[in-house]
Amino acid sequence: MTHPYIPNAEPGVRAEMLAAIGARDVEEFYADIPAGLRLDRPLDLPPALTAEHDLARHMKGLLDRVTDTEQALSFLGHGCYPHHVPAVCDEVNSRSEFLTAYAGEPYEDHGRFQALFEYVSMMGELLEMDVVNVPTYDGFQAAGTALRMACRHTGRSKVLVSAAVSADKLSKLRDFLAPDIEIVLAPVGDGGEITVPAFDAAFAAIYLETPNVYGVVETRGRELADLAHAHGALLVVGADPISLGVLAPPAAYGADIACGDIQSLGMHQSHGGGHAGYIATHDHEPLVAEFPSRLFGIAPTKVPGEYGFGDVFYDRTSFAHREEGKEWVGTAAALWGITAGVYLALLGPHGLRELGETILARTRYAMDALARSVTVLHPDAIHFREFAIEVPSSSALLDALRERGIYGGVPLDARTVLVCVTERHSIADIDRLAAAVQEVL
Amino acid sequence: MNTAESFAELPVTPKPPLRRFHQARWDEPIIFELSRPGRRGLAVPEPGAARVELPESVRRAEPPRLPELSQQLVLRHYLRLSQENLGADLNVDVGQGTCTMKYSPKVNDRFAAAVAEVHPLQHEDTVQGVLEIYWRLERMLAEISGLSRVSLQPGSGSAAIYANIAMIRAYHAATGGGARDQVITTMFSHPSNAACAKTAGYEVITLMPDADGLPDIEALRAAVGPRTAALMITNPEDTGIFNPRIQEFVDLVHEAGGLACYDQANANGILGITRARDAGFDLCHFNLHKTFSTPHACGGPAAGACGVSAELAPFLPGPVVTRDGDAYRLETPPRSIGKIRPFLGVTPNIVRAYAWIMALGGDGLRQVAETAALNNNYLMHKVLQIRGASAPWGRRRIEQVRYSWQELSEETGVHSEEIGVRAADFGVHYWTSHHPYVVPEPFTLEPTESYTKEDLDEYAAILAHVAEEARRDPELVKGAPYNQTIHKIDPTPLDDPKAWAPTWRAYVRKHRP
Amino acid sequence: MTGPAVAPLSGPGLVGLVVNPVAGLGGAAGLKGSDGAGTQREALARGATPRAGERAARAVRTLLARRPGTRLLTVPGPMGEDSVRAAGAACDLVRLDPAADPTADPTAGPTAGPTADPTAGPMADPTADPTAGPVGGTTARDTRRAVAALAGVDLLLFAGGDGTARDVLDAVRDLGDRAPAVLGIPAGVKVYSGCFAVAPAAAGFLAADFLHGRGQAGGRRTVEAEVVDLDEEAYRRGLVSPRLYGSLRVPAAPVALSGRKAGSSGTAPGTVDGIAREVVARMRPGVRYVLGPGATTQAVGRALGLATTLLGVDVAELGDPHRLVAADVSEAELFDLVRGTEAVVVLSVIGGQGFVLGRGNQQVSPRVLDAVTGMLVLATPHKLAALGGRPLLADTGDEELDSKLGGHVQVITGHRESTIYRVRAASEEYDG
Repeated sequence: MTHPYIPNAEPGVRAEMLAAIGARDVEEFYADIPAGLRLDRPLDLPPALTAEHDLARHMKGLLDRVTDTEQALSFLGHGCYPHHVPAVCDEVNSRSEFLTAYAGEPYEDHGRFQALFEYVSMMGELLEMDVVNVPTYDGFQAAGTALRMACRHTGRSKVLVSAAVSADKLSKLRDFLAPDIEIVLAPVGDGGEITVPAFDAAFAAIYLETPNVYGVVETRGRELADLAHAHGALLVVGADPISLGVLAPPAAYGADIACGDIQSLGMHQSHGGGHAGYIATHDHEPLVAEFPSRLFGIAPTKVPGEYGFGDVFYDRTSFAHREEGKEWVGTAAALWGITAGVYLALLGPHGLRELGETILARTRYAMDALARSVTVLHPDAIHFREFAIEVPSSSALLDALRERGIYGGVPLDARTVLVCVTERHSIADIDRLAAAVQEVL
Repeated sequence: MNTAESFAELPVTPKPPLRRFHQARWDEPIIFELSRPGRRGLAVPEPGAARVELPESVRRAEPPRLPELSQQLVLRHYLRLSQENLGADLNVDVGQGTCTMKYSPKVNDRFAAAVAEVHPLQHEDTVQGVLEIYWRLERMLAEISGLSRVSLQPGSGSAAIYANIAMIRAYHAATGGGARDQVITTMFSHPSNAACAKTAGYEVITLMPDADGLPDIEALRAAVGPRTAALMITNPEDTGIFNPRIQEFVDLVHEAGGLACYDQANANGILGITRARDAGFDLCHFNLHKTFSTPHACGGPAAGACGVSAELAPFLPGPVVTRDGDAYRLETPPRSIGKIRPFLGVTPNIVRAYAWIMALGGDGLRQVAETAALNNNYLMHKVLQIRGASAPWGRRRIEQVRYSWQELSEETGVHSEEIGVRAADFGVHYWTSHHPYVVPEPFTLEPTESYTKEDLDEYAAILAHVAEEARRDPELVKGAPYNQTIHKIDPTPLDDPKAWAPTWRAYVRKHRP
Repeated sequence: MTGPAVAPLSGPGLVGLVVNPVAGLGGAAGLKGSDGAGTQREALARGATPRAGERAARAVRTLLARRPGTRLLTVPGPMGEDSVRAAGAACDLVRLDPAADPTADPTAGPTAGPTADPTAGPMADPTADPTAGPVGGTTARDTRRAVAALAGVDLLLFAGGDGTARDVLDAVRDLGDRAPAVLGIPAGVKVYSGCFAVAPAAAGFLAADFLHGRGQAGGRRTVEAEVVDLDEEAYRRGLVSPRLYGSLRVPAAPVALSGRKAGSSGTAPGTVDGIAREVVARMRPGVRYVLGPGATTQAVGRALGLATTLLGVDVAELGDPHRLVAADVSEAELFDLVRGTEAVVVLSVIGGQGFVLGRGNQQVSPRVLDAVTGMLVLATPHKLAALGGRPLLADTGDEELDSKLGGHVQVITGHRESTIYRVRAASEEYDG
């Protein structure tokens, strides 16, 4: 049988094509590969499941051995968040035209250009910044690139990074900024916000994250912006855009570069497959020149009333500063950009504010509820979506909760657990968690 | 009673030789222009608990100026935009050479959707099925590459190249080779090899093709030395030519104490034919969205895989999945370079790639490779019959060819980019090449195993037609497109800081004050 | 080529045209060039037909098809007018006054309006002595006079080869600030200079796009392009000898919208400035650097803040500030400057043939090369790509030394970017 995915494997057509080419055998095409490099046996792989039904059955067998966050009550966050995904988001990003397109020109792929332009434009409104990139891989990459941009822009090679970021993100930053950029950590104070050690003109940037890894909303953004600027450095702020319906955008307190992950904006958790990163600046040419990512902009066409699109400032690479530390541009996460645009269009200014209010209120409610049985860290700080609790044993608590069908949170260390609450968690869900925690302790 | 005069007859006349294509043209406004205050696309849950008052220092002062639309309006707007986009599912997508635009089976999207509500930090016991898929895919890719261990963490091919470089850097640092500060690559390897090496702090030496179109081995001999950290090389290169002396390349680098890293972004033509380890490579990477069929998604999410030898396994990004009897566990390698991206990997694409291999098996993969090579050589045979098209160096090709319109361009003044845009008027498209254009007026075709002979005939017929148009009426080709959503774009404002508009707010500020 | 510059927007699109009617004659006759009246007569005797006029007409046709309103200004007869007519178009004419100051302002008086009467056209230069002058009655001097007469146009198109480009360059230099942007229509045997479009039609298209350059987008963009020429006598003997003569401002090819692939990498091809930064990063104090001719080496001078020359050989040293030890030195001066001290020569590739030594930098003689302690070779990836796999060439005049220089050298192609490229003795390469 001819495999459904390989039409020209059918012997008749294969012979016809070989005859047209004038080749006896497909072996002729491989004549450049020396015999010593040829694999002289079939690949040792499991037998093919050519029938779609057989494949589906096999996959179901595997995937059934998963208990997802709809089957359990999950309070897991820590970089991947369980927000409600509107049906329209799924509908749009599963369209064949978007799902299977790649890199056509702004003509045959006009829709992709417009949808991504609209995404960056809505992000621009949310961030109050005029320049936003077509998504990079994820928030980790966005932070790494934003810091490299700041270093190139200032010509300096040292950055002050908030210690209130996830260990994984810090690991990525350490790798990505090595070997030429030194990272100094700004320690976390008792209240859950970062404190700034000695700062001088050797630094290219301060990296602040808000809400930070503990869910704490940093309140001293303006002060840090002033400090950075006084020394000719930039303030880079990592912010989850879903918080910006209620929280001030980084630009409002003087940030020069904003960055973060957009998974919250309409992407499923997908076991970590829903991430995409944004980077934003003001329309300041020298800083725009440092973007390694693509920027889409409006261009006129031959016909009045038509919006065309194309790459803004494509020739950025010729700028001298970029020669210092180039980065690559490649396939990243464009489809999630389109999806985030759909999400922002659905919620609009007021939906996003209401969503933020609900998350703030439920986070506080959960903190109060859990405070009855465990120590809630940084109780006086403003929290958005996450907070940390201190318990006798993280693993013992989480194991016991799991037995009760609850994924209670992410263990930050042996005694600290991070709890995540979104609009998906009803008051009853939170009460159930609080009761279960009380019970198992 | 119908008295209207008949104006057409049966049978319907046969189709003309070329498709009378026209892309959707909805003339859709920018979404901000559809906004009307008070409309809403989605309701969100009420707090149900006491509201939190924010201090002024952190409170948003003004609501964001997002558009306000009803739900159906949002849906309709985006569906129209989707129709104005040419996905691979809709065209004979053989023109984005080096990108391996093969068929992404629909059933695999279903499997991917099954992990939608899985959180990446769930306890191992609750995600055994996902971990098993990671483990099984890793073992399959290890078999396909001949290497020992595979990381599925990188988010794309370029990220996988970067991860490989990071491992190379860590390996040398750990084995006393820290002074090695040069990476060697070739002109027809993917430029991300050079870009990632530079990002990682390396000086890059690029070998140019010799008169035969192959990287100059004597140049490599002169390039290697105590400063050599690694060779990063694609094979077959972007020209589609397989470097028959690849083993010598690897040996030269090894003799100098460097590592050899194989860019197998598109391994589509050599699956089951030859393997990275058999030529002595220490590392390789695959793009799961190329050879292993996950959809390109307008440019991601994608997924990459890094294969390494046993010596490099301790440096893999963590965590990796290990098998312990019937259980699957996460483990961070002892000298791991750390995280390349959040969590374990782009799981929906890991699931798709796994399902794709399972649908084919070992024999199927080999059939994929052979058919990709057959299709490519057939298409080359057709394209070379077009006057003005050529394939420099005249050598054998595996899975793709970088062609040239140099002759046509010199005759007509029409450039390859313009021919590509005009071809889109017939419902197909192509990509030229990376810069600089070593092959003048280039276009790169890679037909993969997915397309039928008739598809390839149609594609070649479109190119032949446009080439003829270029001779007859170059203005026509240069003025294209005509059958697209929009007409020819004037890109000048895109490079002018005073005029460029990378967001709607910038556009309004500069052009509609 | 260096980075784009921006010219102010002027006028509604006035294009000048100069044709060297004998360009290309020698090629058809296998004479490897058309310089010199003897060659041209021999070419005609061998049955060659002039084709420069026809190629110019092709460019004009393309230009007008794209920009129908474009006004053309040219000189009578085969040096321009005939080609415009062959393209089915009208033009304004400037008569070349035999005794006139070659820099006369054409705006003061085109001699004729749009000449509808073809018989009024053939006003071939009456000064040319047909027996002494070249066939067709035009000389290099005529080209220069025509260029001077057309000063003030938005864009000057000329049809010819490298020799014609040199004449145009000479005339344009004399015009100083009034020099228009220039674009070559390839019509000669030798077309190695960067100021030519790839084909006549391409010249027409490029000209049209240039005129279309919009005010708000920063005007009509030009870039600097090298003019090189070969010594035809040597060329006929099989020795290709490109010399760098200078540079002209040519329209920048519009940034193509196509080819901006999402999947492609952000690596920019190395730029002249990137190369210069790399060279400066490799320079050490106390070493003398000999900068050969060319735009790439001149960029090194620029990166150092020194006024080095485009065509000459200069010597520089690091310091605070950096020092231009000597500019435009002779071979003897250079030898004195590098003898007995640590010195490195910095050379770029001249012309489309790949020469790094012996062409335009003869000051870097065998004894100078013997005296210096190192050599850096510079080239943009574009220039190397254009060699199509052919080696770089050395022709120092000492074949033994050339052979010794043969092998592989590191060529700096950008900041922290290089390639390893083959060098051959020119004599070996051309002996086959």
